[in-house]
Amino acid sequence: MLTLSINGNDLQVDVPDDMPLLWVLRDVLGLTGTKYGCGIAQCGACTVHLDGQAVRSCVLPASSAAGKQVVTIEAIGETDIGREVQAAWLEDEVVQCGYCQSGQIMAAAALLAQNPAPDDVAIDQSLAGNLCRCCTYTRIRSAIKRIGQA
Amino acid sequence: MNEQPFSPSRRQLLKVAGLGFGGLVIGFSLPFAGRSFAEQVLPEGPEDGTLPTATALDAFISIDRDGKVTFTVPKIEMGQGAQSGLAMMIAEELEVPLDEITLKEAPPNEDIYNDSLLNFQATGGSTSIRSNWEPLRRAGAAARLMLIQAAAQRWQIPADRLRAENGQVHGPDGQTLGYGELVEAASQLPIPEDIPLKPASEFKVIGKPLRRLDTPSKVDGRSRFTIDLAVPDMKYASIRACPVVGGSVACVDDSAARRIPGVVDVVRMGNAVAVIGEHTWAAFSGVRALEIEWDYGEHAGLDSEQMERAIRDALDEPGALANEVGDIQNALDNAAKTFEAEYEMPFLAHAALEPMGCVAQVRPDAVELWVGTQVPVRAQTAAAEEAGRPPEQVIVNNQLIGGAFGRRLEVDFIAQAVAIAKQVDYPVKLTWTREEDTAHDMYRPHYIDRLAAALDGEGRLLGWRHSIAGASVLARFAPEAVPENGLDGDAVEVAQHPIYALEHLRVNYIPVPPKAIHQSWWRGVGPLRSTYMLESFIDEVARSVDRDPVDYRMQLLGQHPRAQAVLRLAAEKAGWGQSLPAGHGRGVAVQEVFGSFLATVVELEVAEGKGIRLTRLVVAVDCGQVMNPVSVKSQIEGGTLFGLSAALFNEITVRDGRVEQSNFHDYRQLRISDAPPVETYIVESAEAPGGVGEAGTAMIAPALVNALHSASGERIRRLPLARAGYHVLGGRPA
Amino acid sequence: MRFNAFFRALSCGALALFGGSVLAQPADTELIQRGEYLARAADCIACHVTEGGKPYAGGLPIKMPFGTLYSTNITPDKETGIGEWSDDDFVRAMQKGVGKDGKHYYPAFPYTSYTLMPREDILAIKAYLFSLEPVNQPNPENDIGFPFNQRWGMALWNFFFLDDERFEPDPEQSPEWNRGAYLVEGPGHCGECHTPRNLFQARSGSKNLAGSTIQGWNAWNITGDEQSGIGGWPDDTLERYLATGLAEGYSVAGGPMAEVVNHSLRHLTPEDIRAMAVYLRSVPAQDAEVKRPQPRELAAEAPTQTPHPLGQKLFADACVSCHLWDGNGRQSPYASLRGLRTVHDPEGLNLVQIILQGDVLHGPDGDHAMPAFDRHFTDSEVAAVSNFVLNHFAGLDATLNEEQIRERREEH
Ligand code: FES
Ligand code: FES
Repeated sequence: MLTLSINGNDLQVDVPDDMPLLWVLRDVLGLTGTKYGCGIAQCGACTVHLDGQAVRSCVLPASSAAGKQVVTIEAIGETDIGREVQAAWLEDEVVQCGYCQSGQIMAAAALLAQNPAPDDVAIDQSLAGNLCRCCTYTRIRSAIKRIGQA
Repeated sequence: MNEQPFSPSRRQLLKVAGLGFGGLVIGFSLPFAGRSFAEQVLPEGPEDGTLPTATALDAFISIDRDGKVTFTVPKIEMGQGAQSGLAMMIAEELEVPLDEITLKEAPPNEDIYNDSLLNFQATGGSTSIRSNWEPLRRAGAAARLMLIQAAAQRWQIPADRLRAENGQVHGPDGQTLGYGELVEAASQLPIPEDIPLKPASEFKVIGKPLRRLDTPSKVDGRSRFTIDLAVPDMKYASIRACPVVGGSVACVDDSAARRIPGVVDVVRMGNAVAVIGEHTWAAFSGVRALEIEWDYGEHAGLDSEQMERAIRDALDEPGALANEVGDIQNALDNAAKTFEAEYEMPFLAHAALEPMGCVAQVRPDAVELWVGTQVPVRAQTAAAEEAGRPPEQVIVNNQLIGGAFGRRLEVDFIAQAVAIAKQVDYPVKLTWTREEDTAHDMYRPHYIDRLAAALDGEGRLLGWRHSIAGASVLARFAPEAVPENGLDGDAVEVAQHPIYALEHLRVNYIPVPPKAIHQSWWRGVGPLRSTYMLESFIDEVARSVDRDPVDYRMQLLGQHPRAQAVLRLAAEKAGWGQSLPAGHGRGVAVQEVFGSFLATVVELEVAEGKGIRLTRLVVAVDCGQVMNPVSVKSQIEGGTLFGLSAALFNEITVRDGRVEQSNFHDYRQLRISDAPPVETYIVESAEAPGGVGEAGTAMIAPALVNALHSASGERIRRLPLARAGYHVLGGRPA
Repeated sequence: MRFNAFFRALSCGALALFGGSVLAQPADTELIQRGEYLARAADCIACHVTEGGKPYAGGLPIKMPFGTLYSTNITPDKETGIGEWSDDDFVRAMQKGVGKDGKHYYPAFPYTSYTLMPREDILAIKAYLFSLEPVNQPNPENDIGFPFNQRWGMALWNFFFLDDERFEPDPEQSPEWNRGAYLVEGPGHCGECHTPRNLFQARSGSKNLAGSTIQGWNAWNITGDEQSGIGGWPDDTLERYLATGLAEGYSVAGGPMAEVVNHSLRHLTPEDIRAMAVYLRSVPAQDAEVKRPQPRELAAEAPTQTPHPLGQKLFADACVSCHLWDGNGRQSPYASLRGLRTVHDPEGLNLVQIILQGDVLHGPDGDHAMPAFDRHFTDSEVAAVSNFVLNHFAGLDATLNEEQIRERREEH
């Protein structure tokens, strides 16, 4: 039995030791907003926050999340930054298929928490690990900058 | 593809019925459909109470007693904004706010949901807006007229003194009735004889930058894609198929897989083994632990070099004649100057971010699928065949798609899911690993084109000979659509009737049946191919006679003012002709693709050896009447960068009969740090809407290689650029 | 057929898994188990299998400076394996490097280490191998030019370089030390990679375990030297490294060493691991060029200035989500770059290899993998990202270039 703090709730899960947090979230807890894209930390679709840091849940053994605060896309809107990012995403019509966007939003929120007004270089450096096959990059950049300027 | 204009007759267009549950349902069928929804279902007249079958709800628009408008969308949403675009047509004519329309995925039914351009029920080919432009608006307008008529009868006021707005009918003295209050009466009325459509000048919804309906639930994790579904008692499956196409399972040692916690079952198919678990991780781990001995079959020795050689050799064959004008041989023989070149495009994977997957349940009474598919009827047929059931027993619940780019026009993974599900007595969700997705894609064919141009003494282009060799996707996908001579109308699209005025032209296509890997549609398909080839070639021809590539094209575009207009606009916005520092260059491409006209200009710098810094990317587009300018821009931006990704990095290679790439570390994708901003300029136009989903993708590769040539002098005739050692430099000029 | 019992038995006949118990006499079980343990300690599987091939069926190409050798089939197949070998044949091969056919092996087969093993241990390994399912897989021809294809030459080589002697415990040392010495120098054959070789491809006796390069990789100095070797590692760190491939802040096993951990070391008992550590610490210190980098204080954010902007971009693209800007590693401590000699080697040997080839470590909490980026990056990109890493994490003036990367790609 593993106790995880997910979106502010302490939850008990009974899963294999090597099971990545991603699959605990999706298949055990039903939090499917966090996506699977590659399983090797190369696409960012699985990005969640672990104690406020953006992490790739597909390569994070669930056991390493014990004792830390996990926040997922389902609850990021409860934070000020998360809410702003979601609003900017709609305002700038960032989304296409939407599959990568949970990860993009989590990465953007982590960046903005650290750097409230990132420039192009900072945005590129922080979000380069988040692939978007629909290539919504132009709008991701403008949405983040919109928040930075607000 | 069938481009015949849609000419609706009232009888064919609309059917209406008051349904027992108390609502108004409007459906229509397209000219070629044998029997419409209405003809099939409505004449019998559903009785009071709930409707007996799901089919009876398969209309386009239904309005219930509470006034709730449900739009059964014939197209699936995979990021292109099609569903919202179609809903805008309804909203416009029906006079309801866009965000009050509820969307519902259409079930498989070719009689109702056939695409008039594609001739089958599918989402693809940038047809969604184009083929529904008139019928959907007419359906919306008919419903509105009937609701008004119902109100006119209730109030005893002539209908022409009433107007509809915001889901209500308004009378001259401020009286109002909601649609819900009128549906009963409206459904008793005959369909109006005359259904006028709003002129563009009165559009309130169409052409406005409105928020798409599907996006709010995509920014907070609520949206469910196939991979996210959970139906009661469902278990999770993953699969490993023989790495060599045509191979089969010789034997399996699944003992290690079965020992993995959470693994519940291992099932075997002819060419694959699947592991079923309590969660995806168990299934993935189980698949990894399988020890499978394969019988690799006849393709085990194949590699990319052999496959390419076969295509190149085929170029010497006559193949099928696609078009002949004048006498190109004579022109070449007597030309003052000739120019020849050969261009090549590699196999490509789709690599949509949501890997292939499908939820399937095989029950005694039915086979049920929950899957995002571009082709619901094909999905139904494939499942029926695999399960050995009649198609009517297969229920398809279509789902949002996490990117498809043509991949979900195929149903291989759906058949696999059914093959697994029929061996167990619970529903299974098959999810492919990224590795499986990359190595078992249905790839964009490898093409080689050979072109030879004849020029006169002034460097004027007289014409060209064009031979195209590569797999015919159409021949596999819809053999009945390919004539006896093997001419694949899709593969030669754009090349067959070049937009340039040519006195002499000969276009041949030589199909090279694919070996060892499956080949399919990939965003842009034939037009993408042709655009790269033609726009590279014309650029080279222009430069071979020292002419400016924009001027040279412009002079040949006399018959296409829309092409000239976008070319002019893109050139002007990009500052074409203004001098650039050494090592910088601009490249251009212009084309008519998917019913739209586009011109793309790339500006770049080549530095530090083979480092490329993209400085500007300008696209001018005339896609006729714009449905939603935001969606058009997004599609152009995304499509352009999608094509850029492929042109820079991508190539699928084969060794020992198997695909060598496996995941994003070896099948590289464009990242935000590689992506320049895309400047999109829309030409205002009242022409019928053109497609935009694939158009941007087609333009970028030629514009890119043309710019590279202008900057560095090196001409890349074979994609991708990384193959020639080019890479992208970070950072952008402010 | 709804619930399909039919499909439950998918195995194809007797497999290795059951083979041991099926074929062996019960009395042999203990011997076989000891043999299996020793075969692991000796890491036989590392060479005697190909990717996707049958265990112990051989066929792995081993590139040597003088040509390519192929490992042989050591399953008990009578035709293509060692099924017809007598005990003496097998012992002779392990101790003297001479096959059943009388031909001399090349020392890519580490008989110069295995020779230290006593006959009982060798026969235990044989018993284990003979308990496996025979695999009929002919051995590929070695691809070696003159004069190296003249195998009689090896007899001469052996005369100079093979000490045909068994391990003798040193009575001055503890039993633990002796056990460690045996495992390290004998079956573990650590020196085969970690001891520099002379002109004749023989290990240099005076530089035992002082580090070497092999197949494009640096096999680090593992003598007791504080800076160049493992002398400065805290007590339990070396043991943890041997058992898991991870010594946070000191080393992470990569490439061939990751394979050694995966196939061999992680299966050894804690006592044997401790014994190896005890012995290694006592190996006379030797100096080496590449030392552990001084600890550097790095920010959690990207540097604002770098001489390698392209490298920094690529690091942000593909590396930082696991390794982080400060090199601390995220998601997995295996991704930590702090303190690694790999990032402190101006030639970036292991760095470039790991970028190109990637690797997988089977840790106690699951697999830790670094993808192979050979198809992701062009040669100039590999050079750029390597230079950035060497500069950023170890302050080196790194100057790797495209040509060097091209050569290294060809090395493997
Ligand atoms: S799924 Fe985790 S980074 Fe791709
Ligand atoms: S929106 Fe489709 S992958 Fe990013």
